[in-house]
Amino acid sequence: MGDDRGIVLRTEGLTKHYGGVRALEAADFELREGEHVAIVGDNGAGKSTFVRQITGVEQPTAGKIFFEGREVAFKNPIEARNVGIETVFQNLALADDLDIPSNLFLGREKVYFNLGPFSVLNERLMLARAKDALNTTGVKIPDLRAKMRNMSGGQRQCVAISRAASFASKLIIMDEPTAALGVQETAQVENIIRRLKARGIPLILVSHNLRQVLDLVDRIWVFRRGRIVGALDRDKTTGNDVVAMITGVTAGGEAAFV
Amino acid sequence: MAEVAGVVKETPSANARRRTWPPELNIFIGLVVIAAIFEILGWTLQGQSFLANPARLQIMILQVAIVGIIAVGVTQVIITGGIDLSSGSVVSASAMIAMSFAQTSTYARAVYPTLTDLPVIVPILVGLACGLVAGLINGLLIAYTKIPAFIATLGMMVSARGVADWYTKGKPVSFPTDAYAAIGAGFRPVLIFLVIAIIFQLILRYTLYGKRTYAIGSNENAARVSGINVERHLVLVYAIAGLLAAVAAIVVSSRNLTAQAGMGFGYELDAIAMAVIGGTSLAGGRGSITGTVLGALIFGVITSGFTFLRVDAFYQEIIKGIIIVGAVVQDVYRQRLRGRI
Repeated sequence: MGDDRGIVLRTEGLTKHYGGVRALEAADFELREGEHVAIVGDNGAGKSTFVRQITGVEQPTAGKIFFEGREVAFKNPIEARNVGIETVFQNLALADDLDIPSNLFLGREKVYFNLGPFSVLNERLMLARAKDALNTTGVKIPDLRAKMRNMSGGQRQCVAISRAASFASKLIIMDEPTAALGVQETAQVENIIRRLKARGIPLILVSHNLRQVLDLVDRIWVFRRGRIVGALDRDKTTGNDVVAMITGVTAGGEAAFV
Repeated sequence: MAEVAGVVKETPSANARRRTWPPELNIFIGLVVIAAIFEILGWTLQGQSFLANPARLQIMILQVAIVGIIAVGVTQVIITGGIDLSSGSVVSASAMIAMSFAQTSTYARAVYPTLTDLPVIVPILVGLACGLVAGLINGLLIAYTKIPAFIATLGMMVSARGVADWYTKGKPVSFPTDAYAAIGAGFRPVLIFLVIAIIFQLILRYTLYGKRTYAIGSNENAARVSGINVERHLVLVYAIAGLLAAVAAIVVSSRNLTAQAGMGFGYELDAIAMAVIGGTSLAGGRGSITGTVLGALIFGVITSGFTFLRVDAFYQEIIKGIIIVGAVVQDVYRQRLRGRI
């Protein structure tokens, strides 16, 4: 099994086939404590497939996942969440007709006393905690009681990330968090990510944006056609190396193989 | 860039406006306007007041109260993004079965000649159980087989009507005990409707049940990945809708002193209409019981107003249909508008 000390998440030969399609093939991946890594690759390279396997959205065809040294097999995202893995999905899992506190606490609402489904919600507590959560992530939204529907893409993304950040104790995974955002909003999301780094919470960032990746993370894992083709240290690499590895056109990229 | 800044700046004021102007207020204004139109038409066409007639208002409120009870359940179903077409048939089946346990011994041809003069709680519980079972079947089918709610409840609509027909081979069930007859007597249907409406308005607004109901209708996938047991919740919502249809069944059979297989016909559509006119979105995620109560009143004013103006019953149905479609069209339009923001 090797020595898993200092390793938060590790996969061994992780494989996912959809019928005949080999979306992910024998992925060996690792994430160290406090480390921020990026997963990059072309469309269909297997990035999102990989994320779906480690967050329990789907179950792998083969291979093993180790979280904090123990082998895990999440049957659903809730199991992953219960051990401290929070995910911000590409299609934001927000309820548009609910306000911010309701979305932050969706599925883990605070109640006054337990009456099963008819438990009375402690809205005051959730509102206060929501304010705190947005403060620690540095998100400014004027009206917390407004419905998500009425918010901009950036505000929505910030809420989704705040939800993950305020509950994730051990690992946050973000799938293309800034794909649909403007410049200003992207900067805000990047700031949240920097704060997470400062708090020592490990992060897996799936991104197409190489400038962002080189700016934010410690290591870059490159996927190509369902395989992990390399992991590059941010400090020892350039954008060209990464592009070469993504496209498979070698330009000295091979040297950076781990 | 300028566009982004514009959006950010604009949002708070838009939010503030929406919050000070609850959607129910629009519906209330609609109610007032419609009532005023009938009042004016009353004076010009009939030479008398439409509203200043206590007897007419009383009949109108009693009429909407019974379907209103159903609409409280249907509203919750629609908020989850579903639909319930079975309520009318569930009313007839539950009423027939409940009534058969409520008959007096003075009537020689009771359904169960040995089971007459039972305490009133027996028919009530039997009736509620019928509605609950129908609702549970609806919910289980929808939640676990993933067939569309439209199909599942359409099946129940046909089957429950079949049960009502089969139960007495088409014969009506009459002659309830005095205690049973008292349930829906006088103004009680209105009282029962209002109590149920208030209870469920509070539950929807302040409990986990309500939050989950809105969350599922708003984004079922988000609800699921957030850890909400969507299936179990849907079963609960449909079960409650079935239970409320049974309440309506007991009230209406008690009031009419008889139950027959044809009763409750069209109630499901009237209940859906009340919910939709009251601002509940057929797309799910939005709506309230307060809105549905106002929707029920609008529905009642229109029905009673047409009768008052001596509009032919056939035209009434046509116009009612147009109003329902109109309510849905403006909901769809409003959603598109919001989508663009």
